[in-house]
Amino acid sequence: MAIIETSKLTKHYGRIKAVDGLNLKIEEGEVFGLLGPNGAGKTTTIKILATLLDPTSGTATVNGFDVEKYPSKVRESIGIVFQEPSTDELLSGYENLKMHSMIYGIPKSEVDKRIEEALSLVELTERKNDLVKTYSGGMRRRLEIGRGLLHRPKVLFLDEPTLGLDPRGRETMWGYVQRLVKELNMTILLTTHYMEEADALADRVCIIDHGKSVAIDTPENLKESMGGDLVTIVSDSPKIGEVKKLKFVKKIEKLDGKYLITVDSAAENLQELLKKIGKVDCVEVRSPTLADVFMKNTGRGLEEAEGGWFDKIVQQSVNKQ
Amino acid sequence: MNPRNKVTPGTNRPDTLKGIYAVWWREITVFFRETPRIISSVMSPIIWLLVFGAGLGGSLSVQGLDYQQFIFGGILVQTFLFSSLFYGAYLVWDRKIDVLKAVLVSPLSRSSIFLGKVFGGVTISLMEAIIVLLFGYLIGMNYSAGVFVLALVLVALASAGLTALGLAVGSFMESPEGFQLLSSLVLFPLFFLSGALFPINNLKGPLGILAAIDPVTYIVDILRNVLTGIHYFDPMLDLAALAVFIVGANIIGVWAFSRMKS
Repeated sequence: MAIIETSKLTKHYGRIKAVDGLNLKIEEGEVFGLLGPNGAGKTTTIKILATLLDPTSGTATVNGFDVEKYPSKVRESIGIVFQEPSTDELLSGYENLKMHSMIYGIPKSEVDKRIEEALSLVELTERKNDLVKTYSGGMRRRLEIGRGLLHRPKVLFLDEPTLGLDPRGRETMWGYVQRLVKELNMTILLTTHYMEEADALADRVCIIDHGKSVAIDTPENLKESMGGDLVTIVSDSPKIGEVKKLKFVKKIEKLDGKYLITVDSAAENLQELLKKIGKVDCVEVRSPTLADVFMKNTGRGLEEAEGGWFDKIVQQSVNKQ
Repeated sequence: MNPRNKVTPGTNRPDTLKGIYAVWWREITVFFRETPRIISSVMSPIIWLLVFGAGLGGSLSVQGLDYQQFIFGGILVQTFLFSSLFYGAYLVWDRKIDVLKAVLVSPLSRSSIFLGKVFGGVTISLMEAIIVLLFGYLIGMNYSAGVFVLALVLVALASAGLTALGLAVGSFMESPEGFQLLSSLVLFPLFFLSGALFPINNLKGPLGILAAIDPVTYIVDILRNVLTGIHYFDPMLDLAALAVFIVGANIIGVWAFSRMKS
């Protein structure tokens, strides 16, 4: 049985459909990534699953419990790391964890052991007695993660765990998440708009755009669905006709004066491709990324989808809820 | 060793009492770390008593009592009226900085979280009331230890109602900017109509009716009665009104708290 299941899950904010008929099935022990630009409906989905928002229509179950009918049962099964830090600034790291363990009714004999473990997992043992307001953004993030797993939930929601972190901080965080999965065997639902992150961490990824799921599969399968490697060529007079005849060439697109050629195994076939195409100014060869998958399924780039004023307004109105 | 066997994630059943204690503990710990809040909540009643009471007191006396002593009960009420209501409405700030969200997704029931907060407000009111009551001895009030304790019991009860009212307001408020509105639409009318600063039997017509439906009127009346013997209503009426207010405010508060999503 799936540990998280949604059926036609929908959430409207006025006329805006933040989540639009989302169907998900997440298995126990899986790290599942929701990948999409800001305003795609990722946070709204998590808020519904965590019983912080009611859906407009559709259903969702977590650990077998319907989120609207049995919210307290759902809350007993989950942990959540919010996008905006929610630890108490005026308490120390240790005190935050202590309060959390009292609220979740962790047995007294276990409390100190678990707090020590959580602090050492997120490497905050040395700063545990400092007030959280003296922590850096990355440290607060880590404390949140430590807190989220203190009560060992069956399902852990990580909402944009690396938002606002520098590249190094991001990689450290990936390390924590990977250790979590290994050591605690939790089911993790993670949202992100960084495709590298979904690629690095998730067993399966759901690409989501305007509240709709556009593709769900393992990162490998999604990338393979692109049909091969991508060769980008800049050339004044390429012999496209010749290239089209090649067996290993899957697709040719012209984009901004560049030719985007999809081929089977560029490593084996690049030489022949270049021989046929004639004089070129510039060649770039790469394997497809999840960003390409996003592009293929939505017709726009992940970065491009990011900055639109419309998405920003949607994002703001979602955050206000 | 297979690390996967180390722990098994599971469901968590909270211990209600421990949960309420945790919420209360957080409120008190945070309160003591916000020095400006402590200073203002203790200094403002003392300044009122000294400046307003002594300034006007030179020219006034009420029912044989020096004005400063007459308003003492009212100023005591003012102290915990303001702090209880603001403490409750402070919830909107907790929501803004997202601290509350982490508690709301926990399995602890809404009414437990609410109770923990109410206990927090009551505790803070009691601490302030002790300071104001001790200060009372300095301005010539004299009440026995028994009266002192009885006054504290009444403060605790009244504060339980006022904090609940503040929490209800805080769970409806959209942003901390509403604090101004809270002051001018709720706090000042409740305070000025209550007879904290003047004898209530002089109020006629609509003002008299408003004073009669202001719950704070009865809180002031019974505390002044206990501290100085002056009163306008039967103490049983005061207590009945107080009971209705506490129960009503808490029912509304729990309801408002439960409908709040995040």
